[in-house]
Amino acid sequence: MLSAIDKRILAQVADLHEIPQGAYNIRKNGMGVQRNSTANIEIKAKEDKPGIDIIVKPGTKGESVHIPVILTAEGLEDMVYNTFEIGEGADVLVVAGCGIHNPGSEKAEHNGIHEFFIRKGARMRYVEKHYGEGEGTGKKVLNPRTVLHLEEGATAELELVQIRGVDNTKRYTEARLERKAHLVITERMLTHGDQYAESDILIELTGEDATTQVISRSVAQDRSKQIFYPRVVGQNKCRGHVQCDAIIMDEAQVRAIPEIAANHSDAQLVHEAAIGKIAGEQIIKLMSLGLSEKEAEETILQGFLK
Amino acid sequence: MLELKDVSLTIEGEKGTVEILHNINLTLEDRRFYVITGPNGGGKSSLAKLLMGIYRPTSGRIMLDGQDITDLDITERARLGVGYAFQQPPRFKGLTVKELLQLAAGKNSPGNVCNYLFDVGLCPQDYQDRDVDASLSGGELKRIEIATLLARKLKVALYDEPEAGIDLWSFGRLTETFKALHKKNGTTIIIISHQERILSLADELIMIADGTVREKGTKEEIWPLIMDEIGCVCSKDCIERADNNAECNR
Ligand SMILES: Nc1ncnc2c1ncn2[C@@H]1O[C@H](COP(=O)(O)OP(=O)(O)O)[C@@H](O)[C@H]1O
Ligand SMILES: [Mg+2]
Repeated sequence: MLSAIDKRILAQVADLHEIPQGAYNIRKNGMGVQRNSTANIEIKAKEDKPGIDIIVKPGTKGESVHIPVILTAEGLEDMVYNTFEIGEGADVLVVAGCGIHNPGSEKAEHNGIHEFFIRKGARMRYVEKHYGEGEGTGKKVLNPRTVLHLEEGATAELELVQIRGVDNTKRYTEARLERKAHLVITERMLTHGDQYAESDILIELTGEDATTQVISRSVAQDRSKQIFYPRVVGQNKCRGHVQCDAIIMDEAQVRAIPEIAANHSDAQLVHEAAIGKIAGEQIIKLMSLGLSEKEAEETILQGFLK
Repeated sequence: MLELKDVSLTIEGEKGTVEILHNINLTLEDRRFYVITGPNGGGKSSLAKLLMGIYRPTSGRIMLDGQDITDLDITERARLGVGYAFQQPPRFKGLTVKELLQLAAGKNSPGNVCNYLFDVGLCPQDYQDRDVDASLSGGELKRIEIATLLARKLKVALYDEPEAGIDLWSFGRLTETFKALHKKNGTTIIIISHQERILSLADELIMIADGTVREKGTKEEIWPLIMDEIGCVCSKDCIERADNNAECNR
């Protein structure tokens, strides 16, 4: 059964207010608690290790899969392997996400390893939200590892969000794109206190006319630290664009090290990176509309991370 | 009524202390339309920033309807009904035109705030969901900036060179619009401009040069006195603006 805390966390990480429609798997404290497959989307437990296989039949359109993870106990180190098979021509939404409510002083950690096979012409939108809360001093740690294989003409849009509460995160994302495949990664991050966040992205454009776009927006507050390391490698005629944009506040530290590598003369790769404070003019403008300084700051950050 | 009494402003710049405004005395009445003009660097924008609370005077007092507002901050003055459309409005990543207008109009504003876009010659459907970011042209940004003032109930509305980047034909219509809109609330309108066409709309002209009020009076009184200097500034301004016209003016 789901408690009130579970429900609040589900709302935070998966916008879920009740049991979702369609296929879902809810994992809590290292175990699957509820699961549902549909005619087109099968979810089954792996036999050799913790985790699930999610198999979307070719041609499945307009369906969604929710696979939230909840941790509500301290001293737990959860490790899970999920494999997604998005069949040819399918078009689906996958909502993942992990919420930790750490009540104690020991660490609670979730390491999710997701591997996606997005078959010819399939489309997937993937939303992953990370969230942490809890009264205790116990660290909330999330280390997602995401590996994507995009076949010819496949499209994936990843929205990776971590707003507050996660003490330590090391995110690793890797993708290989075949001919005419298209990948968009949008990352939103806000760290505060003494939090640490690292995001490492490696995208390899192997097929002709493969395209990718990485948009990372982050805010670092207090004494938190962030490191971004997005890399795009062009092995063919292809296009890639990486954009890292960070707002730095207080005594925070941000490093952005975008890398583009072209191994083909028709590879068109661009990277942009910017780190800076909130522009004083922006605060003044909003104050001149009647907002307090604090409201102005919050409005600017909210928009930036939207 | 807005009064400036012996207001001076010095700023600690990189090259030491500079006096930007010197002993400004001005009384600006409700429901009147003032145009401030004068050479570049004369102190017009600094005067506007003083009124908005962005700069604080080094000496002197500022009164609004008899209340001393000299020590009030930007937010407090905004809430009393002072508004300022920036000469160079900032851009915001992730804030839409609609959201900005809603912030300007306040939570309880009646009607659709995006209708103010019509008044500045922008089609609401095309613009309301766009971000106020680098994707807007300079002229579009200036028009949206003007709309944020139109959306508010103001006692004092300050527009800093609103014509920059806006073609003359649509600007003529625009000036009529904000004249009509502000009349309803009894607003004091102050426009900083070099545009002859805008100068001719004014009830009174104020000429600021070298940080002082050089002249103040009705058009008839001032016009002949400042014609030379304005003529010069204006032609320069028009040449600058000629590069700036690559925008959509539907
Ligand atoms: N924050 C500032 N720091 C240093 N100098 C400034 C500052 N603001 C304005 N000034 C100077 O004050 C003078 C008047 O500027 P401004 O008010 O912008 O003139 P105008 O709007 O009439 O062109 C200029 O010489 C300008 O360089
Ligand atoms: Mg100016």
